[in-house]
Amino acid sequence: MTFRRYLVLGVVAVTAPLGDTLLSVGMKRIGPVSLDHLATLIYAVSTPQILLGIALLICFFASYLASLSWADLTFVLPATSIGNVFVALLARFWLHEQISPGRWLGILLITAGVGFVTQGPSYTEMPKKCPVPGAEASQS
Amino acid sequence: MSILTPGNGFADAAMIAAIVIFATVGDVLIAAAMRGIGDLDEIKAKSGLSGAILAVLSNGRFLSGVFFMGLSFFSLLFALSHADLSLVAPASASLTFVTNAVAAKIFLKENVDRRRWIAALFVCAGVALLAR
Repeated sequence: MTFRRYLVLGVVAVTAPLGDTLLSVGMKRIGPVSLDHLATLIYAVSTPQILLGIALLICFFASYLASLSWADLTFVLPATSIGNVFVALLARFWLHEQISPGRWLGILLITAGVGFVTQGPSYTEMPKKCPVPGAEASQS
Repeated sequence: MSILTPGNGFADAAMIAAIVIFATVGDVLIAAAMRGIGDLDEIKAKSGLSGAILAVLSNGRFLSGVFFMGLSFFSLLFALSHADLSLVAPASASLTFVTNAVAAKIFLKENVDRRRWIAALFVCAGVALLAR
């Protein structure tokens, strides 16, 4: 794993929860959308929060696909879950939201899980091609 | 009384199961597609950004994966209109870590060793606690 690859994983970790949060903030400002007024959704897409949220989620998906081309799914998913911790800590120290003891335990568990998985190998090497049975014996 | 009344345990479990299953199938198909395509950085170096995008968008497994992710998203929207957010969001987000680990071991033949199982279980519990 190179520094650049850790950076891509960092982008996956941060953009997903931040994008979701921006979409949530934007939609809360707009209020409930009824089936009779679906045009409100088109207006929603033009608001700064939703636009930025969509841009972040596009960044997330591109980085997620790139990371899956050189790392295992069971490495990428737990490793990038640290983004949830970033968002919770931002909410605590920037927005001054209260974090319950249960949530602190959640932060601790996610951080420990990320620590476990990133200590191990990131990619399972697969054999390129199956050897033809008997080929080795005939060569020797 | 509708079967989808909030608080109906069976209906809640079925809706959460649908989200988790579709998300897992989508994730595994996309991961299989990316493994098959190979390192995107190398493809980008050889064929440029457009070549890398074309390699991804023309892959059948990738498109099927996106289809299942879409099904998972709409299942989530459907579930949110019938069940409590505080149940559906953490339950589906956290369970997906475990089902993905099982599916990746079986279908992608990933080396899910003890370290990865522990990470999946810790993150599963952590996300459930954090998202409540």
